[in-house]
Amino acid sequence: MTLSVRIIPCLDVTDGRVVKGVNFTNLVDAGDPVEMASLYDAEGADELTFLDISASVAGRETTLDVVRKTAEQVFIPLTVGGGIRSVEDVDRLLRAGADKVSINTAAIDRPELIAEIADRFGSQVLVISIDARRARTDSGFEVTTHGGRNSAGLDALAWVERACALGVGEILLNSMDADGTRAGYDIGMIKAVRAVSQVPLIASGGAGTLEDFSAALDAGADALLAASVFHFGVHRIGDVKKYLGAHNYSVRNAHLA
Amino acid sequence: MIAILDYGSGNLRSAQRAFETSGHEVVITSDYHVALNADGLVVPGVGAFASCMQGLISVRGDQIVRERIAAKRPTLGICVGMQILFAHGVEHGAHEGVGVWNATVEKLTAPILPHMGWNTVSSATGSVLFSGVEDQSFYFVHSYAVKDSVGAHPTFAEYGEKFLAAVEDGVIAATQFHPEKSGAAGLHLIKNWSNTL
Repeated sequence: MTLSVRIIPCLDVTDGRVVKGVNFTNLVDAGDPVEMASLYDAEGADELTFLDISASVAGRETTLDVVRKTAEQVFIPLTVGGGIRSVEDVDRLLRAGADKVSINTAAIDRPELIAEIADRFGSQVLVISIDARRARTDSGFEVTTHGGRNSAGLDALAWVERACALGVGEILLNSMDADGTRAGYDIGMIKAVRAVSQVPLIASGGAGTLEDFSAALDAGADALLAASVFHFGVHRIGDVKKYLGAHNYSVRNAHLA
Repeated sequence: MIAILDYGSGNLRSAQRAFETSGHEVVITSDYHVALNADGLVVPGVGAFASCMQGLISVRGDQIVRERIAAKRPTLGICVGMQILFAHGVEHGAHEGVGVWNATVEKLTAPILPHMGWNTVSSATGSVLFSGVEDQSFYFVHSYAVKDSVGAHPTFAEYGEKFLAAVEDGVIAATQFHPEKSGAAGLHLIKNWSNTL
């Protein structure tokens, strides 16, 4: 009886379409979100993450509709992030069918939002998404905003500790240096965050080879998020699970005998 | 007809869709009589013990559950909807639950909490709920659980320590995990439960 590692495809959604870029730029179309969610579910994804990168209110409404349609046909947990600024935004997403929400910039602007969401809906619904990169801060890692373009002026490890104290239920750690490069997760960063946190940790950014996935687990990640390697068919979810299973990591077999 | 009790928390629409896959009509309701008389009642629950219990009482859900047990009508509690069926909870202070079972919902002892993700279970011999999905994983999200054995068919899971993953006790059953979020295995378990209605 063991807890399996979670493999989580991430769908960056804007105006109702999935897109993917490198280091958060050069976005290319990668498909229909509801179709892709169903496909990943069938392939054995343990959870799905939608990241709403729409710039407009109309785009956000479209994403809400995508969440609604996905939740009605895909019976695995669904996390939605992007543009969440208030308890009301969270309520709207949960009602549309999200099981968890991830917040990022709004929590940096106003950390109390973490406690407000956790008090109302419980810590288990709240994922803190942290876009971090290597820098000359106390810990060697800093938090960025605007898709890695700006420094938030925050030390990444200090921010992790503060967010945990305020009541987040999970950490989604995105390496801005590694994002979309397929050169491997930032192992040093995962280890550093693991050492200062006691909530589940999702590693994100840089997945390329199958060995990259196991390396992130060895560094202390509980779950592995990836986008481009899945969207562009570099690896199938089943291949990642087969590899991890063969190397004695516990993985879920999504198919009934 | 299956009724999903609406007492102010959680995403009920996706639970409704999951239970509909069993072939039953499923309604979301906070109406006392509809919930009392449905063939099957689902008590969901997301959030903290005390706020869920408060929500349950506000729709007379505690009374509905007790009356359904007396009338031998099936009821299924899910996650915190399972926890509040017990006598006591200790999340954010000591609180009283419905008291169907005399045990306390306690914090799990594990290095990383919440317990979040897919866990296998050790299903009870003679279990109806787990028939055909005995070796499957189910989706858990919780930091609190019951550690005592309850009912004729207790199913345990392990995360840091052994805890109660499901109870089958006559007409009342409960799962600490979310069957409606547990993929094909969860839908199979829902079908197993709905076949008892």
